[in-house]
Amino acid sequence: MIYQNSKPLLEVRGLRATVNGIEILKGIDLTVRSGEVHAIMGTNGSGKSTFAKVLAGHSAYEVTGGTVMFEGKNLFELAPEERARAGVFLAFQYPIEIPGVANNQFLRLTYNTVQAQRGKDELDPLEFDDFVREKMKMLEMSPDFLDRSVNAGFSGGEKKRNEILQMALLEPRLAILDETDSGLDIDALRIVANGVNQLATKDNAIILVTHYQRLLNYIVPDYVHVMESGRIIKTGGKQLALDLETHGYDWVSIEQRAAAGA
Amino acid sequence: MSMSVATTSGYLENLLQGRSQLPASPLAWFNRLRADAVERVGMLRVPTTRDEEWRFTDISLLTTLQFQPVHTTSHLQAAEVEHFYLEPATIRLVFIDGVYAPQLSTQVPGVAGDSDIVITNLSAAVSAHATTLEPHLGRHAEFRNNVFTAINTAFLHDGALIIVPRNVAVDVPVHLLFIATQKEVASYPRCLLIAESGSAVTVIEDYVALQQGVYVTNAVAEIALADNARVNHIRVQRDSGQAFHIADCAVSLAQASRYQSTSIALGARISRYNLNVQLAGEGAECTVDGLALIAERQLADTHTCIDHIKPHGTSRQLHKCIVDGAAHAVFNGKIMVRPGAQLTDSAQSSRNLLLSGRAHIDTKPQLEIFADDVKCAHGATVGQLDSEEVFYLKSRGLSEMTARNLLTYAFGAEIIERIPVASLKHQLEQTVLEQTQRN
Repeated sequence: MIYQNSKPLLEVRGLRATVNGIEILKGIDLTVRSGEVHAIMGTNGSGKSTFAKVLAGHSAYEVTGGTVMFEGKNLFELAPEERARAGVFLAFQYPIEIPGVANNQFLRLTYNTVQAQRGKDELDPLEFDDFVREKMKMLEMSPDFLDRSVNAGFSGGEKKRNEILQMALLEPRLAILDETDSGLDIDALRIVANGVNQLATKDNAIILVTHYQRLLNYIVPDYVHVMESGRIIKTGGKQLALDLETHGYDWVSIEQRAAAGA
Repeated sequence: MSMSVATTSGYLENLLQGRSQLPASPLAWFNRLRADAVERVGMLRVPTTRDEEWRFTDISLLTTLQFQPVHTTSHLQAAEVEHFYLEPATIRLVFIDGVYAPQLSTQVPGVAGDSDIVITNLSAAVSAHATTLEPHLGRHAEFRNNVFTAINTAFLHDGALIIVPRNVAVDVPVHLLFIATQKEVASYPRCLLIAESGSAVTVIEDYVALQQGVYVTNAVAEIALADNARVNHIRVQRDSGQAFHIADCAVSLAQASRYQSTSIALGARISRYNLNVQLAGEGAECTVDGLALIAERQLADTHTCIDHIKPHGTSRQLHKCIVDGAAHAVFNGKIMVRPGAQLTDSAQSSRNLLLSGRAHIDTKPQLEIFADDVKCAHGATVGQLDSEEVFYLKSRGLSEMTARNLLTYAFGAEIIERIPVASLKHQLEQTVLEQTQRN
């Protein structure tokens, strides 16, 4: 939701990044304020997932230009773990499986690490168990997922729910959800979207990276950005997503090229 | 490292001298088995790295050690060894330097009262169970071409004997605890497990050391599963870091039986484990998992052979090595599918993690398939931690070090968590944790 006079949380200016020497991001500008939900849409290869990973600090991507300020701090001076502790959260498109580590151990370790950094109390295993079970109810997750290895043998939908569970535990200021809707059936999509909506407050912000409009039926964006070739070429309200669903992406590129030519 | 046959035959002859202490058995076939093995030792030599099966494992150091079995057995109080015991109750047979220790061995009430289950010292029970034993003892662990198995068989005396009768499930794990207490001795542990039709048992074969020191363990296990039997076999080798551990395990599976093996190699300066699993009956299933976690100058060699002889067999294998320091892990995993073994379903995976630039791994999947309607998957990876996994954990706020420690631990724990005995699992998880954490 757009709030009057809310503070900018994330300010991206002229962001450029390469992977293996190939430029993927070619000058991104974006401002996200507290309370807002932004959707970044675009075809495959437009650079939207790269943008998400660059914000989280993935080492495979080299930032070659521009600035990103997060709550007034230079994001690029922070290591990935420091970004997480400062309140940046990336829900992965393909969450990693970690056989051999029980999910509850992992969740408690990350929760306590972040809590300690924020000067808050850590939870012992029993306290944490109560706490996490409460959060799991919101995502209609069975407590069985606590005893299983992290994401190992989880279905696509279960992995995505486990990502949102981590978001619920870590309470980020900025959550970037990378294709969280991919691989979800309609029931799972509804559950995940409900969870995200419950986590949205006036003090945090969400960036949804998605290919399809259908997620936006459930999580209504304040802004929709269209990415192409490493740039945001159009920004609009939630209506833009519906237009993209009906007419595809081509008209946006044509309009953009015409504007550039003029 | 070359060594002439003459030198090694002198070494072998010396080793066999310790047999003079062995009492003769009242059973002719038992004495003949030993004599055959002695004769065989005379025809064999100690393998060198020129032998294909020993290419990566140089054991020439072993031939400089002319150790004999203990003369005087250590008399240990329970208090000295009870930290090796597993809780809750297990049925336990304890062997000190290869010699059966009745005062430390236990039987759980209920099982002891069931006269049909046999869990006892081999040498004491051989006469009473001769007809059951004769078709199995020395018949599964082939010593024709294995000099170490031949030596072990030549020294056949004390050992663990387990007979689980038809349709009986032993409801507590059986802990076979082999404790090394003396330096510069050789021990020849022996296990024979006969799981009769429809029976079920969990056996833990556990090699531990009371103190550091050089000694040689040469162990042989034979496991026979009759139709529909289920055996869960956990093997933990945590010998002294200076010891030599050479072991051979032969498993035979009859129709629709199920064998599950988890072998963990942690100790010994040089260790070699041969595991041969024969799926000799239709629809037999086996899971053969392993973990070698070694450091410094240790060498751990695991050679497995899963032999699909009859149709509809299933085998699953996950073998992992975590190698630190200048250690060297070897894995050779042979999957054989014989012409008659149609509809075999086999999957093998060898995954290896190097924690140091000087660590070394040789892994070799070896598929020999002679049937045409089969499913055989295999794969091997060697490397360092996956950077995507590290990033995932860092993106959740964990430091680089914590992320790496957690992933290294998880790599080993994936095998450990398959162990169905909670207390042993927790002990080993702790060991993995201690050996994989840096700061």
